[in-house]
Amino acid sequence: MSTICGGVFTSHVPGIGNAIAKGLQQDPYWKPFFDGFDPVHEFLEREKPDVAVVFYNDHGLNFFLDKMPTFAIGAAPEYRHEDEGWGIAFQRPYEGHPDLSWHIIEEVVESEFDPVTCQSMLVDHAVAVPFELCWPGKGAFPIKLIPIAINTVQHPLPSPKRCYNLGQAVGRAISTWEGDEKVVIFGTGGLSHQLEGARAGHLNPDYDRFCLKNLAPDPEALLQHSSLDIVELAGSQGVEIINWIAARGALTGSVRELASNYHIPISNTAAATVLLENSETVRA
Amino acid sequence: MLPFSKSSAQGKRVIPGTPVFDGDSAQNGYALNAMCYSFNSQANRDKFVADEEAYMTAYNLTEAQKDMVRARDVLAMVNGGGNVYYLAKLAGILGLNVQDLGALQTGMELDAFKQSLLDQGTTERSVAA
Repeated sequence: MSTICGGVFTSHVPGIGNAIAKGLQQDPYWKPFFDGFDPVHEFLEREKPDVAVVFYNDHGLNFFLDKMPTFAIGAAPEYRHEDEGWGIAFQRPYEGHPDLSWHIIEEVVESEFDPVTCQSMLVDHAVAVPFELCWPGKGAFPIKLIPIAINTVQHPLPSPKRCYNLGQAVGRAISTWEGDEKVVIFGTGGLSHQLEGARAGHLNPDYDRFCLKNLAPDPEALLQHSSLDIVELAGSQGVEIINWIAARGALTGSVRELASNYHIPISNTAAATVLLENSETVRA
Repeated sequence: MLPFSKSSAQGKRVIPGTPVFDGDSAQNGYALNAMCYSFNSQANRDKFVADEEAYMTAYNLTEAQKDMVRARDVLAMVNGGGNVYYLAKLAGILGLNVQDLGALQTGMELDAFKQSLLDQGTTERSVAA
């Protein structure tokens, strides 16, 4: 039986990818953010997970507005990042795990979710930047990828509750997979930020701290707001927290926070990195 | 937490200073966003730079949308249905990053916009024992 060892939650600002491409990790502007990954590196080195299931949103690399899925699950043998319009394309491919992808698809449809399934799929900075942060360097990634895209671009967006329930269904699917893979869950994006409109530059540390405080012990506290409530609280792009909410839903055991790093500003964003450990629930 | 915003006469929720990219925006901005989506390709970016007018026409931009692009009026593009994720690709061609866009839309000088973010600077870190 496969197990879920934990969750990595992180901002995915494109500028972080630019900083990696230029080697700016020790630059005073960037260092407080990159240093937040030391505990994540130790955790991944210790646990050596086999598969990363990544909840993220596409920003216009794979999906355009002609066909915009609310939920899309990758089932490809390999994924790639490509130029998103500013010339950075990370070269390392991402090996997929189609059999586990299809098992997850079967199980979540059984749970009455209706995802789009993608046997060919590009992944954008929302996957590429977290992978570069977690496994820096040039070598092949020591992990397989299953990407799950959530629409945070075109309203109406799925509700936080719906995303949480999707995550729970994915968590159940992993627990019934016959393989012995160790899985780590990712939720990427956020925290508060807004790129457009007269309120561009909006941050909300109070709301961010509320999310960070409740993510491990009481994630259902984050479900009290609708997606539009979150747009108002955290900004148009701060609503990417629904990727975190879905990822948290997939951690179905006993959850403990191992590390948290909150840093303002990274570009226009209140950036955060959180590491959660997921242990099997103790039974009587 | 906060008192939330009210709905408009059309029943839509209005969040101050915050365009919500919904079905109306998606319809109004479709051609503009489609053009910007094409800029994932360097070859297309080069074509746009070589002849902006021909490129806009090829993507069926309305005259109003063409004017917004000619004027580099980001706020008008956003209010006209441009989605910022796609507009960011156009902005890149114009040599603008999201902080430049923030300054343009808020009417602030770039340094003042950046400073307003730095003024809220914090680093809060915890590691379990």
